[in-house]
Amino acid sequence: MADAPISLWHEFKKGLWQDIPPFRLVLGTCPTLAVTNSVENGIAMGLATLFVLLCSNVIISAVRKQIAGQVRIAAYVVIIALVVTVADMFLAAMFPPISKALGPYVPLIVVNCIILGRAEAFAQKNPVLPSVFDALGIGIGFVMSLATMGVIRELLGFGSIFNFKILSEAIFEPWIVMILPAGAFMVFGGLVALVNFISHRRSSGIIS
Amino acid sequence: MQTDSAQGLGTDRLIVASSPHLLTTDNIPRIMHSVITALIPAMAVSVYFFGLRALLLLVVCLGASLLTEWGFQRIRSKPITVYDGSAAITGILLGLTLPPGFSIFGAILGSVFAVGIGKQLFGGLGFNIFNPALLGRAFLMATYPVMMTTWETPRTFTKAVDAVSAATPLALMKFEHKFAPAMDLFVGNVSGSLGETSAIAIIIGGLYLRYKGYVNWKLPLGYLGSMAVFSGIFWLIDPVKYPSPLFHILAGGAMLAAWFMVTDMVTSPVTALGQWIFVISAGIIAVVIRLWGGLPEGVMYSILLMNALVPLINKYTRPTVFGAGRNQGGA
Repeated sequence: MADAPISLWHEFKKGLWQDIPPFRLVLGTCPTLAVTNSVENGIAMGLATLFVLLCSNVIISAVRKQIAGQVRIAAYVVIIALVVTVADMFLAAMFPPISKALGPYVPLIVVNCIILGRAEAFAQKNPVLPSVFDALGIGIGFVMSLATMGVIRELLGFGSIFNFKILSEAIFEPWIVMILPAGAFMVFGGLVALVNFISHRRSSGIIS
Repeated sequence: MQTDSAQGLGTDRLIVASSPHLLTTDNIPRIMHSVITALIPAMAVSVYFFGLRALLLLVVCLGASLLTEWGFQRIRSKPITVYDGSAAITGILLGLTLPPGFSIFGAILGSVFAVGIGKQLFGGLGFNIFNPALLGRAFLMATYPVMMTTWETPRTFTKAVDAVSAATPLALMKFEHKFAPAMDLFVGNVSGSLGETSAIAIIIGGLYLRYKGYVNWKLPLGYLGSMAVFSGIFWLIDPVKYPSPLFHILAGGAMLAAWFMVTDMVTSPVTALGQWIFVISAGIIAVVIRLWGGLPEGVMYSILLMNALVPLINKYTRPTVFGAGRNQGGA
């Protein structure tokens, strides 16, 4: 892997579709299901994760030769926890309403499989620059996923997007189920099916 | 119940097959059409009590269910089985469990969910874990909680005013401790979902199905009996606080569920012991939800809950094969 020429663009692009975290890798589903009842929360959660992923990938990739293989997971978790604490405190200080809405899910980024997964699968084997692009690609893919979930659930559940009323109550009765956990699972399942359907059609050459 | 083999073979061919030689002409469309016939009294009574609005809801649910079945099978390039009537039953049953004032769009949404996700997503008729009509109703209950619990009084001879909102007998029982008279529940002169209110119409349909032999008597009687016995215990302890067993089996969706939903051939257990476990547990759960749960009506969730356990029940009640030892034959 290290010997092969690494295309930075490829590392970036794979996170946007081919390895898009919640829908193709089915990683990081906890925040995907829990905080996407509005677009705002979804994007805030996505950006926090993107920040943590970027920092942890850079640090881990930079110190990858200093960490003994036997203790690497423990070392990664400490590094990730450091960055998550920074993100959590930053959100609490600068955006208290969002921090309150996200609740325990910001500290829980520590155990988000995407972060540790990228550290283990990519950053520990690659130099800093490709790790940056890898983190950006996967992170932006994650933000996009949460935003998509948020748009669908907020639109159907409240009739609004970014707290801006789009569907008036007169013509559209909000689907309460969409802001409940059951709705999260339904939207998630539907999107996984859709993504699989499109990539299946692509790979079988129906859509070039 | 092989439908294809009987139709596919020509009459001039010699058929050599091992026993058992079935001479029955029953097939899926025949059974399903009998069930639809059996639902006619309940539908007629609902139109009588709740007016043309009820007819409109039933037609919309029926049409949306059939269209969903057709569309889903068309997209998946599967054989179109709209005519076998199973989607029609889902549509009618869903319609009968809706309140009279329910929105048309909501009815369409529920039908699409019931047939599309409740049945076709699992692989079509025979593969669905949950009763599709009840799954559709549960979805609507979570989607439109207010609309699903807004009821109207039925029209009667003496009072022909439309759309007066009123609480159901079960809600009155739960929140105001008033028990509706059994006679009103029996005839259907109470507010509630379209097809739930009249016990007599449902019993007529159910007995017709029993006469045709498509209903296993264990299921409806076991369900109602379990509800009656379990609620009867509490009624004997305190008749002022708890309603009588007769109230329980006549009020709400118990009767409709006992004859048409518990008896669903796909989502009920296949063994005799399993069927007893299924209906008795479901009856107890329904009464527990009615008496102590947050909702006035527990029939829907009792059946859905037990539907989820059917594969497990089937597995652990498998009968011992004749001649096999205890250890090899049992599950």
